[in-house]
Amino acid sequence: MKRYTWLLVFLLGINLLSSQECDKTLSGRVIDFHDGVPLEAATITFNNRTIVTDAMGAYAISELCETAYAFTVSHEKCNSQVITLDIAKVSSKDFYLEHHLNELEEVKVAGANINKTTSGEEETIDSDIIEKYSSASLGDALKEITGVFSLNTGSTIVKPIIQGLSGSRVLIMNNGVRMQDMEWGDEHAPNLDVNTAGNVTVVKGASALRYGGDAIGGVVIIEPNKIPARDTLYGKTMITGGLNGRGGSFSSELIKGYQNGWFFKAQGTMKRFGDVESPDYILSNTGVFEKGVSVSLGVNKFTHGWDAYYSFVDNKIGVLAASHIGNIDDLINAINNQNPEIIRDFTYEINNPKQEVTHHLGKLRYFKRFEELGKWSTQYDFQYNQRFEFDVRRTEELSKLPSIDLELKTHTVTSDFNFDSNPNFLWNMGMLFRYQNNFANPDTGVRRLIPDYNKYDAGVFITGEYSITNDIMLDMGIRYDYNRMDAEKFYLKSRWDERGYDKDFAGFIKENFNSQWLTNPVFDYHSISATTGMQYIFKEDYQFRFNYALAQRAPNPSELFSDGLHHSAARIELGDLTIDQETSHKISIAAQKNTEKLGWEIAPYANVINDYILLEPVAVQLSIRGAFPVWEYRQSSVTLLGLDTKLYFNWHKNWRTDHSFSIVKGSENKKSIPLINMPPPKFDNGITYKNEDWFGLQMSLENQYFFRQNEYPSNISVFSPQQAKDVFLDINTPPKAYHVLNVDTSMKFEIGEKNKLKVGVAINNILNNNYRNYLNRQRYFADDLGRNFLLRVSINY
Amino acid sequence: MNTRKFLSILTVGSLLFASCSNDDDNPVPVNEEELITKMTVSLVGGGQTINLIVADEDGEDGPTPPKVTVSGNLAVNTVYTGSVELLNESVNPVELINEEIEAEADVHQFFYTANSSLNIATTYNDKESDYNKEDGTAFTSTNPVGLKFTVTTTDAGTGTFTVTLRHEPNKSASGVANGDIANAAGNTDITQTFEISVQ
Repeated sequence: MKRYTWLLVFLLGINLLSSQECDKTLSGRVIDFHDGVPLEAATITFNNRTIVTDAMGAYAISELCETAYAFTVSHEKCNSQVITLDIAKVSSKDFYLEHHLNELEEVKVAGANINKTTSGEEETIDSDIIEKYSSASLGDALKEITGVFSLNTGSTIVKPIIQGLSGSRVLIMNNGVRMQDMEWGDEHAPNLDVNTAGNVTVVKGASALRYGGDAIGGVVIIEPNKIPARDTLYGKTMITGGLNGRGGSFSSELIKGYQNGWFFKAQGTMKRFGDVESPDYILSNTGVFEKGVSVSLGVNKFTHGWDAYYSFVDNKIGVLAASHIGNIDDLINAINNQNPEIIRDFTYEINNPKQEVTHHLGKLRYFKRFEELGKWSTQYDFQYNQRFEFDVRRTEELSKLPSIDLELKTHTVTSDFNFDSNPNFLWNMGMLFRYQNNFANPDTGVRRLIPDYNKYDAGVFITGEYSITNDIMLDMGIRYDYNRMDAEKFYLKSRWDERGYDKDFAGFIKENFNSQWLTNPVFDYHSISATTGMQYIFKEDYQFRFNYALAQRAPNPSELFSDGLHHSAARIELGDLTIDQETSHKISIAAQKNTEKLGWEIAPYANVINDYILLEPVAVQLSIRGAFPVWEYRQSSVTLLGLDTKLYFNWHKNWRTDHSFSIVKGSENKKSIPLINMPPPKFDNGITYKNEDWFGLQMSLENQYFFRQNEYPSNISVFSPQQAKDVFLDINTPPKAYHVLNVDTSMKFEIGEKNKLKVGVAINNILNNNYRNYLNRQRYFADDLGRNFLLRVSINY
Repeated sequence: MNTRKFLSILTVGSLLFASCSNDDDNPVPVNEEELITKMTVSLVGGGQTINLIVADEDGEDGPTPPKVTVSGNLAVNTVYTGSVELLNESVNPVELINEEIEAEADVHQFFYTANSSLNIATTYNDKESDYNKEDGTAFTSTNPVGLKFTVTTTDAGTGTFTVTLRHEPNKSASGVANGDIANAAGNTDITQTFEISVQ
């Protein structure tokens, strides 16, 4: 192609020599396609002449003959363009150059990532960190970020908690698609393969409005690495082996790029672990078997492009055998015993209780840039999430049937326009339409925990960033979301009446089925979210940010409709049809300094949430199976106050230390009752030795200290049929403080010209400490993970 | 060109939307297969039958507490032959759950616990080998199951008598074969306490 152009230039040059009248002129300007800025010092070359543009981007060429010329227009950092003009017809011409070639290049994320918000609190982890978690999960990797914790069910089901909030309050954007994978359940982990991520950014709060207005906790944004627009073929393979769990993972990807913007990428991961071990015993039935593939292809040109992406994840996850309990007496026994009641020999086999979840995600995106205006993107995505949960049931036959069998299908269309022609004044506006259908299969033989429903969402937003000076930036945005929930749910008549729905919601009743009503609850929600803030850079190294975010979140299906015994938790969970949106007002402030020698950041925040939806134990319900604690959703106004701090020193060119501390306190405004499941304070200290000359040697030792959570809601007293009396149920008391010592070492080797081999060894929990984590739902039953040796090898080619 | 592309995307999108909208078929109620709504413990001895009944009409999901009835008092110094009947009365015809327990006798066991003021002793009167597996052959193991048992009364007294059905108990744990629930572990399928007197 290029050769052909040169040939053309050459031929046209000859043409010039043979021409007669040569008194024509051509004038105009060379302009940045992107923002319309005139380009100074751009060159226009033809034959042997070179003309340079002035400060206004203007040029004038004289002594042209009445014929066609091929002009090569170039500018530093731009793609050169060859444009053929017939001087007989044209005397003035503006040339547009694509001045943002770097945007198409593979973005080196380390430190220099483009922020998602101007004034919000956010942090990015890059592929070096993600590689360490190749055999773990997204939630584990995110804990590298100060203020991010996780709500665990064992060591494999990991849900991120951002500044104290999790579940539906945390939005997960996977490659531009908002994950719809039943995030409402505490034991539902995000269904994505961490190996597909090039970088992950956590926005702590609702300040990134374009992704959604209900991110009261925050947004996790997972992005693949960008593929360069040049002829290239490269890939990476990662192999990780772990002693604890006696398994490992294998992940490989291959990427093909072309100069003309076409690209193709394929990636696959397989991960398998058997039962993991605590220091003293095997945690039986905690194996995992995960598979994931993803493919993408598309065209990424400067002016326009499209891409198609598909990913599939299939997770089989064992749930600790000892955590399956029958009723309140079993729970009391488990809490009193301290040791798990079921300890079997090590196995890779995954038995009940277990989860089998598959997730398909498909996406089609198109974008086009408009001269001196901006970029328009439109996307359609489809997700299909199928969740099976198998319980230990009364007979073997029944145990083959899942107790939960839910199918969630989501279609989303989004479109947005990013006005970026004026770099001092960036606007982004867009809209969203979403349809979601949930189907609860009745063949389980267990009453549906989540009903069949159709959900319709629509949203519009506009956000803007304004640079007052080079040092002061303001941002603001507003978003409106509409949600309609249209469910079809069976209620036991006794429950319907007990909840008082016979008075308030009689209109929802659709049909009479003996002991049950079939009802059709329909709810509409209108939510407004908004954000504003500023960023101020001063004395070069200092930065100050302030952000206010208002966010409203409509209740999720679990909060509205839960009704019945949740076997895996041995508790009756009751949603409430009267639950309305929760509204959060969050103020976050950050001051930071970053220099070669040292850096620090202090980031306090206050989050006042009106009508916060919380789930807490309220009573005990008797049944033929024994007594069960009843957990009810209710709303209360709460305040979360927290602080995230970080500090690093580069003591020497090889030595660095990192320190971070985070704390959050949450309580109800009225009675100052502490909120449940608030992360305890955490203090991290690490020392790293780095020597590029020794094959990029990097050694780090890290100590994580988790304080005891001293603020928790009070325990409850329950009637124990077995003991025939009221018994104090120590269900909320947090475990004691603990610390974990980890070490990580890695080296890089060049193999041949292009291949790189990276070898890493990590030891987690070196001291093999026994500990229990307050934020692990299995803390009642067993200790957390013991020591683990991990070896990882990655080859770039 | 762009408008056309946009429109085509929109059309595809809306078609997908339309194709997914529900056809207004009502969902069917779930046939709850694990539900036990009624347990009847019959004690036959001294020429009379005493029934201890618990009925939980809306099951473990429902708010209605189970109804407990004890048909009479036990007599002193009497040997009673005990048996258990488990029913799911929420379905038509009524389902007899005993069959399921028998077919998986090796992973189920009843426990009968009387408090000391009651002065009664309970012993098992059956073993796994009394029952047939799903495939029709009898179990070969001989651990107790507890669908049949014997209650022996001595002096008069009043107190509680608790019946528990455990799933996957550790049948080889200390005392479990003699009816001691303390080390049994497993999951509770049924547990009910009855107030009874021996007169």
